[in-house]
Amino acid sequence: MIRLSVPFRQALSRLTFPVMLVVSLGFILIGRADQGFSDRLRAELDDVLAPAYMLVSGPIQAAEHGTGAIGHLFTLSAENTELRAENARLLQWQEVAMALEAQNNALKASMNYVPPATPTYSTGEVVADLGGVYARSVLVLVPPANGNPQSLVGAVAMDGRGVAGRVVEAGGRSARVLLITDLNSRVPVALGADGAPALMTGTNGPNPALLYWAPGQPPAEGAMVLTNSQGGAFPPGLPVGVVHYDAQNDPVVLPLANLDALRLLRLFSYPDNLPVLTPIPHTKPAATHSRKR
Amino acid sequence: MAHGPAMRRPPSLWRKLDATARWAFPGALLVFGLVVLGMPFGMPGQAELRPVFAMACVYFWSLYRPASLPALLTAAAGLLLDLLGLTPLGLWAALLLLLQWVTIALRRRLVPAKFLFTWGLFTAFAALVSFLAWAGQSLLYASLLPLWPTALETLFAAGLYPGLAALLIRAHRGPAAVELT
Repeated sequence: MIRLSVPFRQALSRLTFPVMLVVSLGFILIGRADQGFSDRLRAELDDVLAPAYMLVSGPIQAAEHGTGAIGHLFTLSAENTELRAENARLLQWQEVAMALEAQNNALKASMNYVPPATPTYSTGEVVADLGGVYARSVLVLVPPANGNPQSLVGAVAMDGRGVAGRVVEAGGRSARVLLITDLNSRVPVALGADGAPALMTGTNGPNPALLYWAPGQPPAEGAMVLTNSQGGAFPPGLPVGVVHYDAQNDPVVLPLANLDALRLLRLFSYPDNLPVLTPIPHTKPAATHSRKR
Repeated sequence: MAHGPAMRRPPSLWRKLDATARWAFPGALLVFGLVVLGMPFGMPGQAELRPVFAMACVYFWSLYRPASLPALLTAAAGLLLDLLGLTPLGLWAALLLLLQWVTIALRRRLVPAKFLFTWGLFTAFAALVSFLAWAGQSLLYASLLPLWPTALETLFAAGLYPGLAALLIRAHRGPAAVELT
């Protein structure tokens, strides 16, 4: 311990508050000036905490799957009949899908269709639902990226049924996915069969809102919502959800992805479809290098 | 105090460790609680719970043991809260420091006051601070954010403070008590 005189120590203790307050306000300024600063710090913290999250989320998921095993016994026969009916219905749909696929292939062949590049993907387990008060995001464990973890940033995250969000930060073993319900989420979408453009914006609630659809052509209730390649952030045609009119008669999207209980996410990296203006972290180092030379 | 040579001996290593642990308990509990509340339990309202926990800890320890929660630690806890809770970096650090500063300024009147009064005052402070957090975030995002989380945080603050205070008082008297030597 350093020995200080009493008046000096008192002055110091009186000074710590204003100094720390100024430091905090300085952090706010730095965060405003350089968005990447807090993102990098968050990614590092997430990487450190990911194993701890994993330890906790494992037993919780096991409990969710394991409990109710006895309860299931009583509803077994009812569930079985339900599943048989559903199976029959799904088999019908499978036949429809196969017929449509054959038709689609024939049409593509006659139009000399060039398929888009297949994306690379990695599958990650959702270990934490890190929503803040005004934010919706999840933390995904990813296999150690080969070389550059930043290459995952911008990847499209999908669960089994639809788009769940996009990767906004990536560290060595974890990636943070901004969900489509987050306030800062903006996804260009195509509505219905004719692909009318609109923008899906997160509201922090369960169902994102639809904005900027063509006037005079309101989105139809029940129309399919697919991603739109406008702006280049998303590939076209990924399923997002279904149009629904809420109590205020505003069109919202009911997401297909089960955003409240995400367990596994597939992260699709489409390397060449980021728009020109998007800051791409993984190309930054190269740019600075070339400038130095 | 001066009862013999035994008391004047320099404190042993274990003694020092013990004293340090007692001193560090409030800050450690605050940081540990923030990390634990960030874990994926899937509770509804977990995101709102975290700032309330931080506010309650800062308020309680500033009231009853300000020496154990220096401003540096409060700022660090605020930054951790910002990083975990996806708020603009530094916002909660500044707000927690403000809360601590006001609490310490009012300390002489608050410590002898009845529990009901400190509870009510904490609820008022929590409402004010979460409103400031809402205002700051709305300003920084340049958009009007929904106000209901503020109301939820105030409700949480009012509902959870007695329980948390009971636990903290027990800790304050038991494992974290400062030894009067």
